[in-house]
This record gives sequence, C-alpha cells and structure tokens, in this order.
Amino acid sequence: MAQTLKLNLLLNLVLLLLFQLSYGTLVFGSVFVQEEEFSEELLLKPLPDRKVLSHFHFESRAPPSNTHGRHHHLFPKAISQLVTKLRIKEMELSFTQGRWRYEQWGGFDPISSNNAKPPGVELWAVFDVPQSLVDAYWKNLTHTLSGLFCASVNFLESSTAYSAPEWAFRPASGNLRYGALPREAVCTENLTPWLKLLPCRDKSGLSALMDRPSVYRGFYHSQRLHLISTESDSDGVDSGIVLEQTLTVVLQPSGWKKGKSYAGKTNMQPNWSISSIFGRKVSGKCILAKSSNVYLQLDKGLVCELKDLQKENAEYGANNSASEHSFELSVNPDKVYEEMDNLHGKSTSVMYEYSVDKYSDSQPFDLGLKWKIPVVWLNQQAPLHASRFLMGSGNERGAIAISLRSTDLSEGSGSTNAINEGCELQVDIFQVVPWYIKVYFHTLQVYVNQQRRAMADVVKKIHVSPSKDKLSPGVMEMILKLPCGVQSAALTIEFDKGFLHIDEYPPDANQGFDIPSAVVSFPNSDASMHFSQDDSLKKSPLLSKFQERSRVLSYTEVLLVPLTTPDFSMPYNVLTITCTVFALYFGSLLNVLRKRAGEEERLLKASKKTGRLSQLLSKLISKLRRRPQEPLPSSPAPSSFVSHKVIFKILVVACIAVAWQYYF
Amino acid sequence: METKVEEKRNKIYKMSSFLVWVIASVIFRLILIYFPKNLNLSSRPEVSTPLTSIRRRTLAEGYWLKQSSMSPYAGSMYHGSPLLLSVLGPLTVKRAKSTQAFRELKGNPISFYADVMSAMLLRATGQNLQAAYTQRLKSLELHELSKNSEIFSSGDIAALVYLWNPFTIVACVGLSTSPIENLAIISSLYGACKRLPPLAAFGWVMATHLSLYPAILIIPLIILLGYGPDAPPSKLFLQSRCSKGGDNPLSSTSCQQEELTFSGKPVVHFLLWISVWSVYVLILCGISVQQNGGLLEMFKSTYGFILTVEDLSPNMGVLWYFFAEVFEFFRNFFLILFHVNILFMVLPLAIRLNHRPCFLAFVYIAISSMLKSFPSVSLQLFACFTPI
Repeated sequence: MAQTLKLNLLLNLVLLLLFQLSYGTLVFGSVFVQEEEFSEELLLKPLPDRKVLSHFHFESRAPPSNTHGRHHHLFPKAISQLVTKLRIKEMELSFTQGRWRYEQWGGFDPISSNNAKPPGVELWAVFDVPQSLVDAYWKNLTHTLSGLFCASVNFLESSTAYSAPEWAFRPASGNLRYGALPREAVCTENLTPWLKLLPCRDKSGLSALMDRPSVYRGFYHSQRLHLISTESDSDGVDSGIVLEQTLTVVLQPSGWKKGKSYAGKTNMQPNWSISSIFGRKVSGKCILAKSSNVYLQLDKGLVCELKDLQKENAEYGANNSASEHSFELSVNPDKVYEEMDNLHGKSTSVMYEYSVDKYSDSQPFDLGLKWKIPVVWLNQQAPLHASRFLMGSGNERGAIAISLRSTDLSEGSGSTNAINEGCELQVDIFQVVPWYIKVYFHTLQVYVNQQRRAMADVVKKIHVSPSKDKLSPGVMEMILKLPCGVQSAALTIEFDKGFLHIDEYPPDANQGFDIPSAVVSFPNSDASMHFSQDDSLKKSPLLSKFQERSRVLSYTEVLLVPLTTPDFSMPYNVLTITCTVFALYFGSLLNVLRKRAGEEERLLKASKKTGRLSQLLSKLISKLRRRPQEPLPSSPAPSSFVSHKVIFKILVVACIAVAWQYYF
Repeated sequence: METKVEEKRNKIYKMSSFLVWVIASVIFRLILIYFPKNLNLSSRPEVSTPLTSIRRRTLAEGYWLKQSSMSPYAGSMYHGSPLLLSVLGPLTVKRAKSTQAFRELKGNPISFYADVMSAMLLRATGQNLQAAYTQRLKSLELHELSKNSEIFSSGDIAALVYLWNPFTIVACVGLSTSPIENLAIISSLYGACKRLPPLAAFGWVMATHLSLYPAILIIPLIILLGYGPDAPPSKLFLQSRCSKGGDNPLSSTSCQQEELTFSGKPVVHFLLWISVWSVYVLILCGISVQQNGGLLEMFKSTYGFILTVEDLSPNMGVLWYFFAEVFEFFRNFFLILFHVNILFMVLPLAIRLNHRPCFLAFVYIAISSMLKSFPSVSLQLFACFTPI
C-alpha cells in the first residue's frame, strides 16, 4: 500500500517536473532551463607518505527561484532559505581537524589550494547588500549556521572575531567578511547535519562510505560547504544556487604495518582498497544523483617517476612482463584522463574514472591499488612554503614571524627563472590578529635571503587596520614582490600581550590563546588542471571544478600564545584591598585637613610663631608620606570629628544604596 | 666689607658646586643612555605607561600610522596628543634607521633637555620662593631666621633632587614623554611665581593637554598669581602686627590696613592667556588631525582613554588590577568613584592651604600622581618639591 502511494507521489512529482519543464521551454523558448541536480564523486589519490587522500565531492544545483519557484525536491531547503533570506552571494564554511602537510601532500593542486583549510572553523561570506548592512547580515548568518551545524560558529558574531579583508584574501570584494575559530573541535555532531543536506544522506551512494570511526581516525579531516548564488545578481547569467559539499580525508591504509615489517621493502607503498581504508564498499549509487563517479588520481610526480622506472626497466630488459605495470588496479577504469600541460610537454597527472552506476548491493564496487615495485615521489609544491612561528619569551611581549622558504630543490624551474632577472614572484599575505595581541606595525621587518631589506623594496602594497581594544581585530594585508630565485623570505612583527578582563578569558585560560592562520596566496600561479577530453568533462562537477582557474593558496599554522592570567579565584580580595587603600587615603587626608594642630598650638604658645608653620608642614608631609607605607589611621580625633565622620559614613552608605537602587 | 666679600665667595662656591652636581647628573644620564647593554628600561611597566611611552606602544606606532596616512588613533595604541606626535615622531624613525634594530633606541634628546630645563626652572622657582619667604620674614621682623646657614639654597636643592632623582633619570633614559609633562607643570608654576601670566597659562594648558590631571592645578596657580608666591595666613600677619602694636600704640590702626589684597589683574590676564593658548593648541591639534576623525576622536582616545581605564596592562597603580577583576556591572560606579576621589579633596585643600599655593600645588601633584589611572615612577614629580 505504502509503496504504491510512494510510487504515486513520485509519478506526480515527475509529472509536475515535466510540466514545469515544458512550461519553461514554452515560455522561455531558447533559454536553457536547468533542473535541480545532484552529483556525487569521490577522488582517491595515493600520497607520498603512504597515506591515501580521499576527497568526496557532492554538488547540488538549484535553478533560480524566480523561474522555478521556491520548492525544491533535491536541493536542501535550509540552504536555499539561508541564501534568499541573507542574500548571500558566496559563502564557504569549513570544519577541519588536523593540519594539511603542504610539503608532503602537495601545495599546488586544486585540492590543496581549495580544500586544505586551517584547523577549526573558517567562514567567509560575500553578501549582496549595501555596505552598511553587511555586519548585521553576517551576524545573522553566524547564528543560523551555528544552529544548522551544531557548532559554535556564533562566536564569530562579535566584532572582535571577524574582519573585512579588502584584497588579499580574495580579489576585489567589498562585502566580504572573514572569520576563523581555530580552537573549535570538530566531530561527528558537525558531520551529521552536513550529511543531512545530501539527498541520500549517508544511506546509499558514495556517502555510505563515511564510516565515522574510520573517517575520524584520519590524519586530516576537513568538511567544507561552499555556496555560490547568482539569485540576486544583476547580471544576465542566472544559474541559481550551487551548493558544493566536500569532505577531504587523509587516511592511513591499514596494510601499512605489514609493509613496514619487511626490512628491505621500506620504500614499498602500501596496498589499499576502498574497503580496507573505509571498512565499507560502495554498493551502488545514490538513486537521486545524476552522476556518481569515483576517480583515482596519480600525481604528476608519481607518473613521472613511474615513467622513469619503466624506461630503466626497458633499458635493462629485465622482468619485462612483470614490471610493465608497476601497480595493479583491481577494477579496470572506464575512462582515463590525462592532464594537459601547456608549458612542459613532459609528465602530467593521470585520472582514472569509474562509474558507480553499474554496481549494486550484490556486486559492490571496491577499488584496490596494489603496488608491485617501490616508488618514491614528491608532490608538486607551491612556489614557497609558508610557515609561521612565535619568537621571544615571557608573558609581556613577543614577535610573530612568517617565513617563506623556497620549495624548489634545485629543479629546472628555479634555474630557468633565475635567468630572466625581471621575473618577480607575487605573494599575498593576509593575517588577522586578535586584539589582545597588540601588534606594532612599525616594527614590521622584511628579510629576503636572510638579509634585511627596506620595506619599500619588497612590499608593494600594504593595508593595515590596527586592532581596537575589545572592538575589532588587527588585520594586515600585504603584497610582496620577491625575486623568482629567492631562497627564503621572512616577515617579523613585534607585539605586546594584552591583558583581558576576568570575564573575557575562556575556560582553561592557561592553555593559551590561538592566533588564526595567516593566508598566503600566490596569485600568479594557477592551481587548475587541464584535461584533454573536454566534452565529457563538463558532466563531472569535480573535474570542471579542477579546471577552474584559481590561485595557489596555503594556510600557515595556528599559533598558540600564552597570556598572563589573573587570579580567577579571588576577585573579592583585590576589590577589598583596593577599596581599603582608598578609604585609608581618604580618611587620613580628611583627618589632616580637619585637625588644626597649628592653630591649637598657636593658642597655647603664642610666642613661637615661625616654628608653627614648619611644624604644620612637616606634619602634613609626614602624614602624606606615611600613608602608603604604614596605612594606620590616625586615631586621636576629637569627639566632634567623630560625629562628622559618622555622618559622612552614613552619607556614603546612602549614596551607595541610591546607586544600587538606580542600577537595579 | 670683608663679610660681603666672603658672602660673594660663598655664593660663587655654592654656584660652582651646584654646577658640578648638575654636570655630573648630565654625564650620568649620558652614560646611562649610551650604556652598551640594553637596560630594557623603555619596556618596563614602571617607566612607560600606555600614555607616556615612546617606544613601547604609543608614539612610534602612532607616528607610523600617521605616516601611512591613517589616523594615529586608528588602533587603540596611541593615546597622546597629536602635537607630541609631530614633534617627537620623526625622532623615532630616524633613530630606527640609524641604529640597526629599534630595540637599541635609548635616550632621547628632547626629554633630556626637558629634564635639564625643568631643573633650572625649579631652581629659579625655589629661589623666588625663598626670596619671598625671607621677605615675609623680614616684614615679620624675624631677620635672624632668614640667615639659617645651608650649603645650598632650597631652589638648588630642589633642582638637584630633581636631576638626581632616580625616577626622573629612569624616565629620561627609558624613553618616556613624562619629562615633557613635568616641564610643562614646572614652567607653569614658575610663571605663576614670577607673575608671568602667559608662561603660567601656557604651562598649564600644555600640561592639561598632555595628561589631563594637571587641570586641577589651576587653583594654586590662581592663588599664586593673586596673592603672590608666599602669603602667610593673614591672621598670623595681623596678629604679629597687633602684638607689636601692643608695644607701640601708634601702629595699632595699621594692623587693619596691612591686609593682603587679592590682586585680580594678573588672574584675569592668566585666564585670558589660558583661553588664548587653549584655542591655539586646539587649532593646532585640529589641523593635525583634520584628515582623520577630527578633534572629537582625539578627545575620545586621549581623555576618554584616561578616564575610562580601558587598558588593563599592569602599572604602578592599583586600578588596572581592580578593573581586571571587578564585575562589569560595577565598572562605571567605581570609575566615577576613583576619579571623584582625586577631585574630592581639591576644594578642602585649597581652603586650608590657600596661603601656601606652592605647597598646595605640591599636594595636588602628589595626589593626582598617586591616584591617576596610569601612574608611573616618572610622574613622582612631587618628590622634588619637598625641599621647597
């Protein structure tokens, strides 16, 4: 019965869709009408340090609401409401645990520049509202997202937590807000709502692979949500909302230990399969997905290395049959893409495509990779490797240093660049520093090849907005122009550690405070990949994403700055002691003023006139001096004075009471 | 004749020994400034507060921000006056370029000169005061007391105490702007003692402009200008006259006439000059901050910063720790309370000590330097007034 009902419903839906489609075509004629669509993809990639990168990519598209209404059958309703209500143009939210190792896992490919994120939560958004309203919309957005993803994104609401980068983070965007929470712990409670946005959740399709224990066992885990909306765009192109959800996990194949036990085969890469790294197999695609593909990518360096090995083997002519393929795939690929390299015609990365369509429960898909010969390779690196560290000691001041090291290990590219002298490498640096790290921008120093340079020689453009206490963080954006052959460059900037109010310290304040990652990007280097077969690539969102032009981007480490913490346990002692000191000061001064010692004495002895003045002076001085050292209240006071004192005390108490009343 | 020569010789001897001490203190400062090892005085919280430090936070950063065409008050770093910035700012940059690292920047000619000058002014003030004092004593017919034999006159002692005060030395070497504030305060007192309304007004306006608290000094300054540097209580004066009148019945009527009169003319001059100078200073400030924010922002981040104790970094006072721990709810109440504490005693003290305006000024400086929101050793100026 229920099944028939469901069927009916589905039929209705399809009919409705068809109707809509026909309606659309009728009305708009030539306009290409899009449907809501969803696609799922998984990219697997062996990494040089015996790990496997798996990158899930889910993309949902919703057609523009002005032609298709606000009802969705695939696209998550929460997101579309978010977009329309908060007028978001573009937004990215990422939850990350672990640090992307740029040196080992690569720093030049699209994955590392787009999907390697700083630890914790990072959120940036571009709004399509007037400049004055952006902050209000940002606050709404943080609250909505923290509700959606069960995370404390709402901490980004306070103006000390977010900033408005002008050009260094993303080029030319006025309504951009950027915030990061490096301390945020990411766990399964954040993943579950993220999965809820998928039409099949994690019940079927590729997302069924996400076995929580194995996903969180990884070395790096980053879940990301990227939104592009052209809803409110004034341009003619209106493609609706594109929601891109990616999960990037770096995992250790379980077969690794066996490989290590062989003494002679330390270079042997571990053999792995989908079932061995995730503990599950792919049993068919998500029915609602338009396409469901698995890719296996072999990196440029790896392909190059393999080719070299093959050549060697061919020269020696030994073991020709066995070493023809240095690795073995358990399933034959449906398609093979080769990256087109315009500059060098040498080796390019290879992409094997598998379609999950034909697999089912009875015949699950389990891709495996078996190495036959030991291989060592290096991933492609960003032009400079960026790292950041703290200098100085003590709880008073310190310095932040950002060091950029050349990653060219005397490769060909370095030497060719050294020939043309005019060549310059552009580096954009964007850094946000919380207000309690009081950075002195005048102490900024630049070192190139370990020699200090004048600022004007290296820094082409700089924009600084200094921090305001308890109001806004300090933002530093700068463009460095370095010569291409540069070996190392460093930026240092000094800071003082601020002191916070007792309420502003987070729990466990002695652990220290995190400074969010700095963003180092290389706008002149293009991280995109180009593939040869263009027509079929359009169907795959993942590959077309790879082909998009994007700058090479890397994040530096999060810094942990220990700050001085006050005594949290006894605020009352401080208050009472201070008030006592003030009361003593007040009392003694009043006493001195009231008592007319000189007059009294003068009345007694009228002859010694001059002695009196000095006596009075010395008395006053001694009173004043004695006060800080031995705060003893001068006791002998005439009775009239006591009554005055009492009256005064009563008045003070009354004043305090009135103030209290007023405040309550 | 002989006694006169002796007196003269004595004077010359005194002068020379005073000069020796002054030169010694100058040399001592120079030694400290060019001391090969970094003493790190400029970053000590005792020496440099957020308001006065040149290197540690305020001046250099403010100057850098100004140079990069931003408001010097853009961050919450600089809280000083824009005039100080344009005077002292170039100095920081030049030093930074000439020496290898900024850290080595020590000593500062301007604060150095300010120190010496304020010592000289102190000496002059002291001499002036002493002269007035002896004059009073003479008028009270107590000559023998004026000849109390001391090696230095009180002015000399005050100047030397100022120059050799470890606090002022540290402040001078430790790159603080407080010597300039001290100079402003002392020059205003000197001007009042010498009955020079323009100078007194200028000193007062500058001191108030730089650190706000010297504003309460306007009362002793007016009294100084009105009554003269040292006026014993009129009662005392009367009494002495009348007691003498007891011996001499002819002069009994004169004891009423000899009352001290409050001379209003210099006070009016003083007030006029105050308005002139303050308008002048405001115009200068307005010119220097007009591109960014204007005067309102300047007031907000200078006086506002002093009054609402926002920076909680440790210093000599008690307020920072208090405000770090107090509940946010009571913050305003205690802010008002602490500032009223300074103002509360102004009037009673003025009534009590109106015959000794210099001492009144000293008491005011002492109170405000102890209870101000960002105290430092350098403003223990009052220590050098004690000899006077």
